[in-house]
Amino acid sequence: MEAVGAEAVVRVCGLVNRFGGQIVHDRLDLEVRAGEIFGVVGGSGSGKSVLLRSILGLKSPDAGTVEIYGRDVNRLSRAERGALVQRFGVTFQNGALISSLSVAENIQLPLREYRRLREDTLAALAALYLSMVGLPADTAAKYPAQLSGGMIKRAALARALALEPKLLFLDEPTAGLDPISAAAFDQLLLYLHSQLALTVVMITHDLDTLFRTCSRAGVIIDGRMISDTLEGLVESSNPRIQAFFHGPRARAAEKERYG
Amino acid sequence: MTNVLALEGGDDVWRLNLKGDWSPQALPQIEQQLAILPATLAGDLTCDWSEAAAPGIGPTWALLARISAADRLSVRHVGGPPRHLQFLRDLQVGRSAGAAAQHTQPDGSGPVGKLGRWALWQGAEARAAVGFFGRIVAVIGEAFGKPRALRLSSLVRHIYETGVTAIPIVALIAFLVSVIVAYLGAQQLARFGADIFVVDLIAIAMLREMGVLLTAIIVAGRSGSAFAAEIGVMQLNEETDALRAMGLNPIELLVVPRLLALVIALPLLTVVADAMGLAGGALLSYWQLQIPWPQFASRLHEALAPTTFWAGLVKAPVFALLIGSVGAYRGMQVRDSARELGRLTTLAVVQSIFLVILADAIFAVVFVHLDF
Repeated sequence: MEAVGAEAVVRVCGLVNRFGGQIVHDRLDLEVRAGEIFGVVGGSGSGKSVLLRSILGLKSPDAGTVEIYGRDVNRLSRAERGALVQRFGVTFQNGALISSLSVAENIQLPLREYRRLREDTLAALAALYLSMVGLPADTAAKYPAQLSGGMIKRAALARALALEPKLLFLDEPTAGLDPISAAAFDQLLLYLHSQLALTVVMITHDLDTLFRTCSRAGVIIDGRMISDTLEGLVESSNPRIQAFFHGPRARAAEKERYG
Repeated sequence: MTNVLALEGGDDVWRLNLKGDWSPQALPQIEQQLAILPATLAGDLTCDWSEAAAPGIGPTWALLARISAADRLSVRHVGGPPRHLQFLRDLQVGRSAGAAAQHTQPDGSGPVGKLGRWALWQGAEARAAVGFFGRIVAVIGEAFGKPRALRLSSLVRHIYETGVTAIPIVALIAFLVSVIVAYLGAQQLARFGADIFVVDLIAIAMLREMGVLLTAIIVAGRSGSAFAAEIGVMQLNEETDALRAMGLNPIELLVVPRLLALVIALPLLTVVADAMGLAGGALLSYWQLQIPWPQFASRLHEALAPTTFWAGLVKAPVFALLIGSVGAYRGMQVRDSARELGRLTTLAVVQSIFLVILADAIFAVVFVHLDF
């Protein structure tokens, strides 16, 4: 396992989110440290995606604070927010590529917005990020509707990397992929993580991905988060965590990791 | 602007000193300075990274792309090159191998090619439209033997959405337009002392033409666009595919109820528009020309032929068919992207208004020949 700094890149304190009478998060705490790959797990409907939207500042929480690089995401001026969003990249569950733009234009979108570059440099950078995520060169001119699910996830990752952030948020990066594509994506993520010194926050319910890539993880149970190293979670005595990590599908994934 | 690189040497031995800010944010000025490197570099090049601060991926890639463009150059990196340099060089090698394998096809972009593709596309479009209308007719035909295929609850909902909720706007616009026509007509007719003929003008204009035409245009804007957008989003979400996969017919479930709802609602809305138009005319006649209500009513009786009202109303179901089927058809054509949805929704409204007016012109000519 790589060296993990003590510095907290993402810090969530006492987060509360309610929809009507339904409480999704009940004083949830979370801390992600520089250089780690942090997995957020939990059953369907446990509020993983809402947590991500709260961290990104897309949803203002009912209570609590969210800090990225020490800045409270809900108390930023327009200019401060513009500066902060350049420091992290996000991929959404279904890719969220802009459907009327080609893949190259999607990757260039943040570059055009935040840097003033010549067309040939933009083309070269689009080619760079495509090859970085392992997509063939002719993908550049294609439109999102022409891509397979795995290619869309990779293209979305390329777009998230375009501004060279050190922090990545991935929402279900391997959901809907076949096991081979998912394993390839895990490899890609580990490779980029080591090459580019990234911090990654990954929402997933794919245990294979979790055990292959993550150094620490957090489980959302009853609106609160229990985070620990994977070994700690696996040996936890909490029956809900046990159910999650010791189901029939979990055992195979653990076996692969620990031999 | 600070210099981020300095080239020294000559005679096939070069040294490129990289210095200052090489972070991703500095990429614009780095690319400018890379662009003015001499194009004729050849021989040995040493890149010295020792003074480059925080080199980013984009800048490193730009440098590699620039120096690999000169093919008679052998490059060495010294002075602690960034960790990702080897990673990027590996990518570059793989990339050029892949690029060489590509080949281009003739794209047929000349005028003849364009004309040919346009003709083929128009032919396919016409075929698709005929096929679409055929499938609608088939579903309605089946419904005679199987009334369940008419989806009564869905039909009622769409009558409410396209008809009942449109009453206020249709009534208001018919009223205002009739007031405007009566006002202008009164001013002209008063010069001949023929004030009372304002009643004839209003009655014939509203009942024969304006009432149904205004209603159809409002409904095309309201419901034609809604049909295209609703069905279009269902196409994008693969909902129509899901229906087909369950053995359900999207035409039966989505298109026919909307179409029939419009065929029922549009004539009723036309009656509302006719009534409001006459009311507007009567009000203005009273205020502007001091024609009392009873006189207006008796004049109305004389002005109207028995067919005047029906000559307007009979057009309404035809307009409804045009608006509904164009909206649904364009919605079913949506594929792949949000932009397509917008384009086809716009097209649905523009085409249905055009078709309504074209049909109205045909009706006018036919009615004259039939003496209707």
